[in-house]
Amino acid sequence: MKQVHIEIKGLTMAYDDFIIQQDLNFNIYKGDIFIVMGGNGCGKSTLLRHLLGLKTPAAGDIYYNDANLWKISEAERKKIMRANGVMYQSGALWSSLTLAENIALPLKEYTDLSEDEIKGLAYFKLALVGLVGFEEYYPAEISGGMKKRAGLARALALDPDILFFDEPSAGLDPLSAKLLDDLILSIQASLGTTIVVVTHDLPSLFAIGTDSVFLDSISKTQIAQGPPKELLNGCPNHVVQQFLSRGMNE
Amino acid sequence: MNPCTFELSSTEGKVSVADIRGDWVMGNTVPGFQSVKQLLEKQNCEQLDLKSDNLGHWDSRFVVFLFDLEAYCKGQGIVLNMEQLPDSAQGLLHQASAFPVRESGQKVLHETALLVQIGQHALGLYKQTQDMLAFVGEVCLSSLRLLRGKACFRQRDLWLIMQECGPGALAIVTLISLLVGLILAFVGAMQLKIFGAQIYVANLVGLGMAREMGAMMTAIIMAGRTGAAFASQLGSMRVNEEIDALETLGISPIDFLVLPRMLALIIMLPLLCLYADLMGILGGLLVSATLLDISVVEYFIQTKSALDLNDFLTGLIKSSVFGVLVALSGCLSGMQCGRSSSSVGDAATAAVVAGIVSIVVADAVLTVVYQIIGF
Repeated sequence: MKQVHIEIKGLTMAYDDFIIQQDLNFNIYKGDIFIVMGGNGCGKSTLLRHLLGLKTPAAGDIYYNDANLWKISEAERKKIMRANGVMYQSGALWSSLTLAENIALPLKEYTDLSEDEIKGLAYFKLALVGLVGFEEYYPAEISGGMKKRAGLARALALDPDILFFDEPSAGLDPLSAKLLDDLILSIQASLGTTIVVVTHDLPSLFAIGTDSVFLDSISKTQIAQGPPKELLNGCPNHVVQQFLSRGMNE
Repeated sequence: MNPCTFELSSTEGKVSVADIRGDWVMGNTVPGFQSVKQLLEKQNCEQLDLKSDNLGHWDSRFVVFLFDLEAYCKGQGIVLNMEQLPDSAQGLLHQASAFPVRESGQKVLHETALLVQIGQHALGLYKQTQDMLAFVGEVCLSSLRLLRGKACFRQRDLWLIMQECGPGALAIVTLISLLVGLILAFVGAMQLKIFGAQIYVANLVGLGMAREMGAMMTAIIMAGRTGAAFASQLGSMRVNEEIDALETLGISPIDFLVLPRMLALIIMLPLLCLYADLMGILGGLLVSATLLDISVVEYFIQTKSALDLNDFLTGLIKSSVFGVLVALSGCLSGMQCGRSSSSVGDAATAAVVAGIVSIVVADAVLTVVYQIIGF
């Protein structure tokens, strides 16, 4: 029996009066690679911001291991947020710091490791994503794909319980996208991390996803749930079928 | 948390066995790799078996230790046997060494000698001057196009920028120039009182504001306010590739972005300067009327006799020049901005520094020129 890691209960997301999604109910289980999918503008990234605790829900609750994210004290929420690693869409590396310093910053803030150990850890995390030799580079000096990988290295800095990815394969060539997928799989396999991926990249979501939720921008709620491959074969919903087959199964 | 240890057993033949115990996590004290290295050097073994039966919790810290150990063993030709370690730790280690190290990617960091640094600075300065002159040249060409009616920018932009750097700055210009007038009046009154010539405070404030301080203070306010804004607007447009988009469409970014900003400042700065002059005189009046027993009417008559329109004109000419300088330094820094978000901040700083320095230098030059031609 899989353990629930994050539970979403009756979540409604809105900007002021404008509702993005409502009545979202699903569980993210420990060790899963959970895909949040849907068309452009359906609120995938907004959902991510809610899960990360960056935005307050208009209604409903988000539970992390039974802790209600918005009913606990701010200090506890910060603690939960710190255990999340996030890879933002374009890396979101701090441009005034080198890659090594980018990874060292959270370590310096939250651990009591020595300078040498931090350096060693930063080197190791960069090695994990294949960026050995780029420690002293500034984010502006490397390519988009490398920025994403460096962003992943920074997300891994504090050994997070949950890793969030916002559009990991957007802007990458097919091969680099596949490499990143492999990387996500092997990190999941060796660390057992729960991984949440926001994406609409079909090859990638079929390759790595073990569970998913489909957000629809017209009905403004979730219309399908389950492993992506099963959805492709068995989901009766027309919109989901079209999405997953790139409009082929008309 | 259990303390971490790395114990080497005595060598049996050429094979050493290391027993790894405890919780190798952040927040616990972990044996440094250097100390372990010293132990290994004493052993002089050919194979090292790692045992982890008593290993508790572990995180990246443990894997980093193994990573260092693996690299060391590779260098020394020691066979490292990790089969008994947790699979996931082995997986991570494998992942970390899976990517080939790109030699060409290595960044060379070398210290440069002092002379080389000076030389590089000088060359950099030369290049900067060149860039600046090229930019000024382009702006001149673009202004010519404007005169012939061929420059391409949106009128709406011009009006918006004019509103932003004119009426938008009224509040702060009011405050600062009123205070400057007040300060001038105070300083003057202290000295003039000795001669019983308090009424000349009006001359001092009037001339000081009209010829010098009005233009100078508004220009400095605008350098900090509008110059920095121009630099960061253009800078972030550079970062977002908006300027490239204009260029590929064949629209000159100088025409489209720099020209309206220049025009707006050249038009608005003299107007603001005139307003600042009047506010300064009002500040002087406040001090005179409340502290020096000079009536409002007296003050006005004195001011009127002390100033003629030429005095205002000198200030206005100065402020037009300052307008050009502030707009140029703001736009130049913005257009030269790098492609990362931190360079936008640098551009704004550079714009303000260059703006204020050039204002003061130009003011000095113009004052001397006025003296020589008796203006």
